[in-house]
Amino acid sequence: METTITETPQYGLEALEAPPLSLRQLVWLRFRRHKMALAGAVMLILLILYATVGALFFTEAYGNITDTSIRLQAPSAEHPFGTDVVGRDLLARTIYGGQISLMIGLTAVLIVIIVGVLVGAISGYYGGWIDGVLMRFAEAMFNIPTIPLLLVLSKMLSDKVPTIELLGREFSGSVVVITAVIGLTSWMGLARLVRANFLSLKEQEFVTAARSIGASNFSIIFAHILPNTVAPIIVSATLGVANAIISEAYVSFLGVGVMPPTATWGNMLNGAYKYLETAPWTWIFPGSLIVLTVLSINFVGDGLRDALDPRALVE
Amino acid sequence: MAPLLKVQDLTTRFRTLDGVVHAVNGISYVLEEGEALGIVGESGCGKSVSVLSVMGLIPEPPGEIIAGQVLYQGQDLLKLDDEQMEHIRGREIAMVFQDPMTSLNPVLTIGRQISEPLIVHLGMGQEEAHRWTVDLLEKVGIPQAADRYRDYPHQFSGGMRQRVMIAMALACAPSILIADEPTTALDVTIQAQIVELVKDLRDQLGMAVIWITHDLGVIAGLAERVIVMYAGFIVERGHVDDIYANPRHPYTLALLKSLPRVDRTSGEKLATIDGLPPDLLGLPPGCPFAPRCEYVVERCVQENPVLEPVGPNREVACWVDVTTRRE
Repeated sequence: METTITETPQYGLEALEAPPLSLRQLVWLRFRRHKMALAGAVMLILLILYATVGALFFTEAYGNITDTSIRLQAPSAEHPFGTDVVGRDLLARTIYGGQISLMIGLTAVLIVIIVGVLVGAISGYYGGWIDGVLMRFAEAMFNIPTIPLLLVLSKMLSDKVPTIELLGREFSGSVVVITAVIGLTSWMGLARLVRANFLSLKEQEFVTAARSIGASNFSIIFAHILPNTVAPIIVSATLGVANAIISEAYVSFLGVGVMPPTATWGNMLNGAYKYLETAPWTWIFPGSLIVLTVLSINFVGDGLRDALDPRALVE
Repeated sequence: MAPLLKVQDLTTRFRTLDGVVHAVNGISYVLEEGEALGIVGESGCGKSVSVLSVMGLIPEPPGEIIAGQVLYQGQDLLKLDDEQMEHIRGREIAMVFQDPMTSLNPVLTIGRQISEPLIVHLGMGQEEAHRWTVDLLEKVGIPQAADRYRDYPHQFSGGMRQRVMIAMALACAPSILIADEPTTALDVTIQAQIVELVKDLRDQLGMAVIWITHDLGVIAGLAERVIVMYAGFIVERGHVDDIYANPRHPYTLALLKSLPRVDRTSGEKLATIDGLPPDLLGLPPGCPFAPRCEYVVERCVQENPVLEPVGPNREVACWVDVTTRRE
């Protein structure tokens, strides 16, 4: 990040008089040039608004009303997205399902960041046998295929965790289980990344300088080295949200993820796959929402990767 | 009274894939309160390793302090654990490093970096630390100190960064400041400013200074006593004026000859020391300087001389008396 000063964009004479760009401005400048990333960011904001503002128009209970007399109705004025196999309004369900899917994505990544950064930082900083143990453990985790593990664990645990209430909504225990399982099975990549960065950063002279003023190991790890490696963590976390949403959709689609009546985009697909041709609206809407979200997040992640790369130039 | 710092038989080695590197081989010296001590020698002579050992900053492994004592106010620093050492570093003994471009954390503001020792050691709150930091920045001669508190290292020039490093080291008014070639990476004009700054601050704060350099010119105006190191050994020590006027070790003599002088007649070539410092992987039994020495006698190859007093406050490790060229 040190090199950023040499990257002041070429404007003209007036740029010489302006104060130098801060890192944040520089990142924004580079991010803005990435048109797809910008589109992704806009799309993502719209999707979040959809899941939050939309909830003001429908109650969750409305989305859970079953009425088999109106099952599998095509989109109409009363049910803009149509109804599903038991007659629930799909629009309301995509809104509340979106909340769950996005929340699972974000919370799972939060777990990934906490575990991954902690393991990677400690492993890279201390090295030796600590590094050996932690990395062998991470490798062991890597070798367990995630999807079967997800399926088995969520099937085993989903009815053992009680329903919790948060932000005025009730979440079935299966949401918590899925989030935890996704989070705890996807931290290894980030841990390796952080470890690799710590390995090189701890040899830097500024770390010796920090030790020479009496900084503790804790302070050196979290206050001196970690800020030097936030960029890759941000990028990795962004892309991780997309992966977590996909994983949730995957297991819920297979019917062992989040249990109905709680809606997620994934378990809405579960009920829809029998009607691929006869009632396409049952899978088009949740399916497109998943694709749009994941695509937008990936574009944003790509954009951030370029924008945060200190070696990237602003032409 | 016991001296402020007493280093005794300090021996540091590095275990590498190629073998054991004998970086520091049993050096001893004392530093009195408020005194300025210079350590000179070529690159790779163990100067930095010797002070890093004192600070407990040798990476272990591969480094290893295998013998000796570092008595700070009578307390052996080598016996302290990590946490006790943290209370010494920055509070009692502080250090300024060679390259100010790499010794500041690029992603933290300089204010944050200077205030850390204040918060860690003196238990100051954020606001008080902020005030002190601005004070310190002014003291080391950074203009508009209050505005620059929130600046990042890349917004400073090399000389200014070294001033920041000095402010950081002096934050808690340590009793010893170790300066490890602090001017090597700087322009000559800036070098002089930094030397002056450290001299001024030393007069104000009364701390002792260990100044490491390979530039004998820098030491002359700063230190009272000088230690000349070669291949991890102390080969000569004494008062700075004595050593300059009357070097007693062939290595010191050669170093002084290789110094450019203003009064040199033009066209005259600068004297150099032939060869390279020895490979510290396997030292020959004799004097490590023997292969490059113009006074070499047979005994030099077989036996390494020890430091012997040759006058008041003067010690030399050489079999030959360079003034008479006799053994």
